[in-house]
Amino acid sequence: MSSETKQILTTDGIPLEISLKKAERKNKIKAFLLVAPLLLFLIITYIFPIGEMFTRSIDDKMITNMLPKTFKSMETWDGKELPPEEVFASFLSDFKILVDKKEHGKLAQRLNKEKNGFTTITKKLFRQVKRNKIDETQSIKEQIMKVHKRWRNVEYWQAIKRTAPPYTSAKYLKAMDMYLNEDNKITQVSEDRRIHRILWLRTVEVAFFVTVFCFLMGYPIAHLLATLPMKYSNLLMICVLLPFWTSLLVRTASWMILLQQQGVVNDFFVMIGLVADDNRPEMMYNKVGTYVAMTQILLPFMVLPLYSVMKTISPSLMRAGKSLGGTPFVAFWKVYFPLTIPGIGAGCLLVFILAIGYYITPALVGGASGTLISNQIAYHMKSTLDWSFASAMGLMLLSGVLVIYWIYNKLVGVDNIKLG
Amino acid sequence: MSKNIEFVKFDKVDKSYDGKVLVVKDLNLDISEGEFITMLGPSGSGKTTCLMMLAGFETPTNGEIYLDSNPISNIPPHKRGIGMVFQNYALFPHMTVYENLAFPLKVRKIQKDEIDKKVDKALSMVSLSGFESRMPAQLSGGQQQRVAVARALVFDPAVVLMDEPLGALDKNLRESMQYEIKHIHENIGVTVVYVTHDQGEALTMSNRIAVFNDGKVQQLSSPDKLYEEPVNSFVAEFIGENNTFGGEVIDISKGVCKVKLNNGEILANPISVNAKGDKTTVSIRPERALINPKDKMDNNQKGKIEEVIYHGDHTRLRINLLGNKEFILKVPNSSNELDLKLGNEINVGWNSQDARALDPK
Repeated sequence: MSSETKQILTTDGIPLEISLKKAERKNKIKAFLLVAPLLLFLIITYIFPIGEMFTRSIDDKMITNMLPKTFKSMETWDGKELPPEEVFASFLSDFKILVDKKEHGKLAQRLNKEKNGFTTITKKLFRQVKRNKIDETQSIKEQIMKVHKRWRNVEYWQAIKRTAPPYTSAKYLKAMDMYLNEDNKITQVSEDRRIHRILWLRTVEVAFFVTVFCFLMGYPIAHLLATLPMKYSNLLMICVLLPFWTSLLVRTASWMILLQQQGVVNDFFVMIGLVADDNRPEMMYNKVGTYVAMTQILLPFMVLPLYSVMKTISPSLMRAGKSLGGTPFVAFWKVYFPLTIPGIGAGCLLVFILAIGYYITPALVGGASGTLISNQIAYHMKSTLDWSFASAMGLMLLSGVLVIYWIYNKLVGVDNIKLG
Repeated sequence: MSKNIEFVKFDKVDKSYDGKVLVVKDLNLDISEGEFITMLGPSGSGKTTCLMMLAGFETPTNGEIYLDSNPISNIPPHKRGIGMVFQNYALFPHMTVYENLAFPLKVRKIQKDEIDKKVDKALSMVSLSGFESRMPAQLSGGQQQRVAVARALVFDPAVVLMDEPLGALDKNLRESMQYEIKHIHENIGVTVVYVTHDQGEALTMSNRIAVFNDGKVQQLSSPDKLYEEPVNSFVAEFIGENNTFGGEVIDISKGVCKVKLNNGEILANPISVNAKGDKTTVSIRPERALINPKDKMDNNQKGKIEEVIYHGDHTRLRINLLGNKEFILKVPNSSNELDLKLGNEINVGWNSQDARALDPK
């Protein structure tokens, strides 16, 4: 409020704003109570798991808690030469505690992830400790170094030091086929081991083209729906929605029946002589299958927002365009099309976001060249049990979607979205 | 240059949407150049269909429409060069006022500075100069309406069609817009075909009015003739107020006939009755019947006042006259000497010339 505006009072002399707030408070509380259950539900099922996912993806506290003394004594070590006696001593004392708790295996596993070769030398050290072969009155450094030659290699001690921080970005780097090398520099993995980047690119590519196909097919349908008389448009609407009401698995399975090499579509192609019987094209277990099935499944998400926007465009606008001298194409392109942009934006955003995280369909009809990043996430959730890696990829996907949303907002404006 | 009196010509036009019912039946209508013609009629009478056929959005089922002697049935709407003002204005909501007006000029590939000039001229014609950069949503209903008119005129079309353009405006605005459109028409002399169901609008604005009913033109004439001399009882009923008596002709001579009602006899002007025994509806305008007439009138009847309604400048009386309980009289409020009380008996008189014996209802 500018200083010039005089404070307005009610007839009773209370400032108007305060009075207004008081009068509205009850309604506000009522409104809040109405949404409170949903809010609570969202916090428990959405906000909280995402937070949990995030901490899991960067969490590296386990080893920090296992080797507290070692990391403390390592603080003064410059990391160039072998560490001093003190570090060896505290490492041994940490290690003994772990042996008592039978947790030395976990340590070996974690360190081996950092650098290959730790499993062997930890086992060797464990045997020495178990047999009480290490004499604490003499130089512990010398004794540990004798256990295995790798304990004399400074690189292994550097690896231990790298695990000191309680948080790590390693999972995120791994998801982009990168890692932190010995000098703490971000490095690319060798070319033959890069799998994730291909998956990311493929995911974006598939989502993009599925959106394009959905748009190309959905726009005319939506236009027809919006302009047909009620009795026909209702029937057509049911045709559009029918797949929507069918189980996703059933639809995907039916695509498998249609698209496989001995399937209906191939049979038809052979029948009309388009392809030879012994040269049936593969339309499944590759990208083609993913495209076809996903486009069909996501089509209603394009048609519905487009339809709801087109329904509000008065037919007299097109007529006006024509009566003013525009050819039907000009009238469409200059008048009708710009008015459907809010629907196009909503539909494309919806389809793209759904497509980028699609899982079941690519898993079933995608084969090796048609799987997407979500399949990789599921693989790590279920098979390798590397949940923190799966969380990292999931979060990257989520932030990607948010970035797309942000760009869209900058370009078109979210206010212009019309979902229905 | 002499004006083409058949500038727009509907020649035996039929129109049916479903192949069962004719919406427009055998329409013959000539519109001369520079004329303001109104198609007036109740909804569903076929007037809008006629307009849409002229604009090219509907095709005649039979017959032909000529524009400046050229048949236009096979010309698509965008090549007809007919301006149109739509019922809901149909301004392009994503374009500014300037872009809306420039649209018909741009699609005609007119030079930019020429466009600017024409848009300026059209906007000043509807007194909206300075509104170029507004969006339609930022304008009031009346302003949007004026932009729509300017847009329909900006490319100098030979004919402008207006489809109930004032329907969405409130009463005062509607009246002032009526005059404004009338003046624009007078100034630039464009041919206007105007569709409305509001008879007041039609009477104020038009050179000629075509009254539509049931897919047919019932009467085509100037506003005053339409009001004073309706040719059938539909027109008499539809235009203005009207008192009617149903009866049978019992005597007919030149210029006057005697009509027998259920309880009385009146003299009337035979319009569509020819012989004794014809059934007829006699129509009298409320202002043509006077109370206690000073001049001699050939119809004089006694009636009982059933209702008195005060209307500011005049008072309306509902009278029970010759068995018609809905006989309306309009009494100017300056004549104070009358005793207009409920239940009073009064003398009502009218000339037989003003009582038109039309076709029976």
